[in-house]
Order: sequence, then C-alpha cells, then structure tokens
Amino acid sequence: MFENMTIGQYYPTSSFIHNLDPRIKILFTFVYIILLFVIDNIWGYLAAFIVLVTLLIVSKIPFRYAIKGLKAIIFIILITVALNMFMTPGDVVWHWSFMQITKQGIQIAVMMAVRLVFLVIGTSLLTLTTSPIDLTDGLEFYLRHIPFVKKYAHELSMMMSIALRFIPTLMDETHKIIKAQKARGAQFDTGNLIDRAKAMVMILVPLFVSAFRRADELATAMEARCYRGGVGRTKMKQMVLKRNDHIAIALIVVMSVVLIGTRFLPPISFFK
Amino acid sequence: MPIEVKDLSHIYAKGSPFEYQALDNVNFTIEDGEFIGLIGHTGSGKSTLIQHLNGLLNPSSGTVYVNGEDIFENSKEELAKLRLKVGIVFQYPEQQLFEETVFKDVAFGPKNLGISDEEIEERVKESLEAVGLNYEEFKDKSPFELSGGQMRRVAIAGVIAMRPEVLVLDEPTAGLDPAGRDEVLKLIEDLHKKRNNTIILVTHNMDDAGKLADKLLVMDHGKIKFFDTPENVFDHVEELEQIGLAAPQVTYLMKKLKEKFPDINDKVYRIEDARDEIKRVLGESHV
Repeated sequence: MFENMTIGQYYPTSSFIHNLDPRIKILFTFVYIILLFVIDNIWGYLAAFIVLVTLLIVSKIPFRYAIKGLKAIIFIILITVALNMFMTPGDVVWHWSFMQITKQGIQIAVMMAVRLVFLVIGTSLLTLTTSPIDLTDGLEFYLRHIPFVKKYAHELSMMMSIALRFIPTLMDETHKIIKAQKARGAQFDTGNLIDRAKAMVMILVPLFVSAFRRADELATAMEARCYRGGVGRTKMKQMVLKRNDHIAIALIVVMSVVLIGTRFLPPISFFK
Repeated sequence: MPIEVKDLSHIYAKGSPFEYQALDNVNFTIEDGEFIGLIGHTGSGKSTLIQHLNGLLNPSSGTVYVNGEDIFENSKEELAKLRLKVGIVFQYPEQQLFEETVFKDVAFGPKNLGISDEEIEERVKESLEAVGLNYEEFKDKSPFELSGGQMRRVAIAGVIAMRPEVLVLDEPTAGLDPAGRDEVLKLIEDLHKKRNNTIILVTHNMDDAGKLADKLLVMDHGKIKFFDTPENVFDHVEELEQIGLAAPQVTYLMKKLKEKFPDINDKVYRIEDARDEIKRVLGESHV
C-alpha cells in the first residue's frame, strides 16, 4: 500500500544495526552527512561508497528498499546536475548559443549527484533500521543537550512521535477516501490540470475533517491518562549503551579518520 | 448483470516483509437480483474481495467477469463507468462526504454519469427520500452539521443515486445505534424489493444475514468456506464457531428448547419462523 514511501518506513528485521542504540545511529548519520561534504576526491567517494555498501549488507535491508527514497528526490538531483553542468566556469567542452558545458562543470555535477545519492541512502538507513519510537527517543536525548531547545525537548519529541505515528494512518485513510470517491465514478488520473486540482478537493476535505477529529480524540485520550508534558516524567525503557554500541562508536571514529584522510591522497582527475 | 469471480487471489505488499495473502483462489457466481450476505471474521478477506468487484483493486491472479466481460481488461474510462453500475458503500461511508451541501454530495455520483440536471435532481430527491431524509429539509444543509446516523444515510444515498445494478455495502450498520441499524437495514431491504437489484451485504451480524440474505457467502482466511442458503450454512454451527462466527441468536434458543421439546425443529434462523415453530410445538402439547 505504501509502495512509494520509504522515508519514515521502518524495515523490521534483526541485525547488528537494527539492535544498536538509536543515539548511536543518529550520531552516525550526523557524522556521515558532514563527512560527505568533507571528502573531495575519488578516494573519498570510494571510501564513502564502501561504508554505505557495508552498512546495507550488515543491516540486511534489501537494496531495492534502500534506494526507494531516491525516487522522491530524483528531480532535485537532475536540477542540481544541470545547474552545476551549465553554470560552472572553466574549460569549455561544448557550447550552444549562451549555454556551455565545462570540464569542471561535469566533474562537480557528477560529484554532487553522487553526494546526494549517498546522502539520501545513508539517511534513509536510519529510518529503515530504527522504529519511530526509538528514533524520537534518540532525538529527544540530543535535543536535551542543545541550549534554548532543551526546555522543549520532550514536547518536540512527542510532536515528532505523533507525526510519525500518524503518517501511515493518514496514508491509509487517503487510500480509503480515494477508493470511496472512485466508487462514485471520480477519476483522478484523467482530465486537464484544473480537473485534477478539483479532484484533490474531494480527497483533502474528508482527509482534513478526519485529521482534526483524530487530533481531538488523541488529545482527549492523552488528557484522560493525565499527560502533562515532560516535567517529572520517567521512561519505562531507559537507553543504555551496550557492548555493540561501544564497538559502533569505535567504528564511527575509524570511518571519520579514514574519510578525512582521503583528502590527503593524490587526486585523480577525469580530464587531463 | 451476473458477477462471476474466477480463481481470484490477492496478495498485499508482495515481495516485502509485510506480504499478506488476503484472497486465495476464490470462485463463485452471483446471479441477477440475488441478496448475498457476505460473512467472515475480521481479516478474512471480505473487504478485499468486494474491492475487486468494481476494479478498485487489481488481482494478483484470476479475474472477475461482470456481465460476461473481464473487467480488468477495461480501460480506465470503461472501469470508471463500470463503477457506476457496481456501487460500493464502504465502511463508515460518512467519511467520504466532501461537498458544501447534502444535495451536491448526493449529486456527485449521478453527475459522473453525465445525465441531465433535471434527472440528477430527481435522483437526488428519490435517494434522499429512500434513506428517510426529507429532501426540502436536508438538501441545502452542510453534510458536516448532521448527526452521525444522518451522515451515514446521506453517504448511502450518494451511492444509490447512481442506481447501481449491483449494490455492495460493507458493514453499513457499524457504529450505529439500534434504531439507526434497523432503519439502514430496512432501507436496504426496501431498495432490494423495489428495484430487484443485486445486493451484497457484508456483515458481522448473523441475525441480519439470516434474515435478509437469499444466500450466504462465508469467508475464512481468504477462502470461501460456504456459499449456500442460510438454512444450509447455519446447519454447520460448529464449523462456523471454529472460524470465529456463529449462528443467529434464535437458532441457539431453538437448540436449547430442543432439549425440552425433542420434536421442535431447531433449524430456524428467523425470529418469525421461530415464533411459528414455538407456537406449533406449544400448541400441540397444550391441546
């Protein structure tokens, strides 16, 4: 049912990565994103690629799932590639009227595309291997250490868990509404742009009505259980770092050293 | 418009860890004008099955013939037309209301038929009256200011206004109070009598199923367990109980009575029949 949605979709299985503390996985994702922008030559990309492939294998996530998130940003990648290719000044290899492609442009475009692909796959690994509840627990831990934000850490993470919790529910509901309107002869995939925009109304109105109703019901249910925010609230499941988590921290340090180290290797240029 | 379901299977999320076989090689034929009760416990595949009847879901294998034609060979436009002939009222249909007025919402289906404004108005009027709502009083109201039971009836009116030859209702009485339930069932019964259209009623209530349906289609784990008259189906009480269903309340009463009155007929599933049978037996023993 959720065939086109990977972001926020947990892939339940048991693996070294699935069983890690969510805080470690968030730390890794954060470090990995930074490192992707630190590396600057083919060796760096190669190392980042090896890290990603290793993680995919260890996490037992099918390749197909890991790359699903790419579909959503393929357009962004294409625009980035096009902009970099045409806008970078340098040695011209092709030009037509005011447009030109340069050697440097191609090189940067390819690197940016690879970087974005790594970024999306790397970050969707976090959500694929971590259940939404674990994820928000981990985020709450970090939020509690950021000045100004820490006061609202609990509220923010509660909002995030509720939002994550309701994504599948609302998706489900959308599908139901679409089917119900189709059963009354509605067509969503034909007609011109205005027809299609009009067709959205018959999905959005019932969806909003039910979202408000659900919000109201949830608020009542929370109050009925005496929810009063984060003050003095304890956790049933305390997060404790285990042996594997310490190994993971060591591996993150090693990865950082190696990836930063690639900057000092002699670069290979695609063009001589 | 006979409906023939042939070797129908449906697997959700095939090839993912959430893979689930909802329908497993289902075969049956529904003739014109039959009133079918579709029963089965939660998750037995009832809702999945009915969504194949008008092509809202595509089967993993097998197919459905409506009026002798394979519906999955249709184009999108043809399929949209078919959906107006096989009307489905989903569970909690009031959640599909979206227009500003009751009139507009009920008129939505007929409008998709491409008929004249006069005929649309006539149909809306007829449908609202059929579900027991006064046309003049309700036509200009917003559907969102109505009570739950009234919203449900507006939504059902929205489907019957298309005058479907086959009307499928997925638990139309769920969440209604007893009076609302009786009203909705009554209107379905009346509609069936008046138009003699085919009706498929999905229900959890064995009393309703036994009372209204000509034939019962019993599902269990995506398979057809029984497809027979209520008499023959409710004869298998133990098998029904094994798959999380039951016989009508009145049948249990008659079974209890049989312990005291051995010559009573306990194969009864309608309250009226039970009354006659008890009268007969009591009458005999009192004479």
